[in-house]
Amino acid sequence: MRRDVFQAVADPTRRAILGLIALQAMTPNALAEHFDTSRQAVSKHIKILTECQLVKQQQNGREIYYHFNPQKMKEIADWLAPFQKMWEDRFSRLDQVLDNLKNKGNAN
Amino acid sequence: MQTKNTTKITADEGKQELFIVREFDAPRELVFQAFNEPDLLLQWLGPKDMEMKIDRMDNRTGGSYRFVHSYAGGGPEFGFNGVIHEATEPERIIRTFEFEGLPERGHVSLEFLTLTELPGNRTSLHIQSVFKSVADRDGMIQSGMEGGMNEGFAKLVELLAEINATN
Repeated sequence: MRRDVFQAVADPTRRAILGLIALQAMTPNALAEHFDTSRQAVSKHIKILTECQLVKQQQNGREIYYHFNPQKMKEIADWLAPFQKMWEDRFSRLDQVLDNLKNKGNAN
Repeated sequence: MQTKNTTKITADEGKQELFIVREFDAPRELVFQAFNEPDLLLQWLGPKDMEMKIDRMDNRTGGSYRFVHSYAGGGPEFGFNGVIHEATEPERIIRTFEFEGLPERGHVSLEFLTLTELPGNRTSLHIQSVFKSVADRDGMIQSGMEGGMNEGFAKLVELLAEINATN
């Protein structure tokens, strides 16, 4: 099962879909607007994500909304870990920028 | 040396805010400069696998900014914008942040960036982000959105790969 989820998030389009609906539930149309690919292609990705239980579909009146399932994400990793690592990478690049600035200052 | 500059992130359950704390081996003026000058910001803020463009950036009090992240090989573009409530060099920036990719507007957060001088020409950075709702905050953390679309998930893939490799 974990392998399925791993495959689900290994695809960049599916990660982008998850990133979008993690912020807010979206209709198929609202979601498809973000991608150059056809609606069918987006639907196919949604189907895989739904099968892995990362995405839930909910009928709201006439519209279907795609919801992110945070529980599933919490099952497979410490939920803060990716966010933490993103900032760590960013700050180590900043360390490099600051080193360059310091060296430039010393050279003058 | 490695443990000295650890990144500490606090996001208590049920709260609308998160905190990021990190120390740097550089004087406060330089750290502020790295946040304040577009060509320096581009060198570290943008996500690894995406291109970052600065559409506009006026970091004075009352100014505004807009950044765009896009995939190197084309594909979707994602914009972020906000206004500068206060910029006091070299100690403080208070600004708003909004991701433009949502179907509805208004999911704005407020960021407080504070730089404190430490002995030995070191600097402590403290970021507090306050969101409109708990859901907005949790969504931001899980989407990895702030670092550029889906970088958080890319990191997750790496982490899962590491876990799989050690099992």
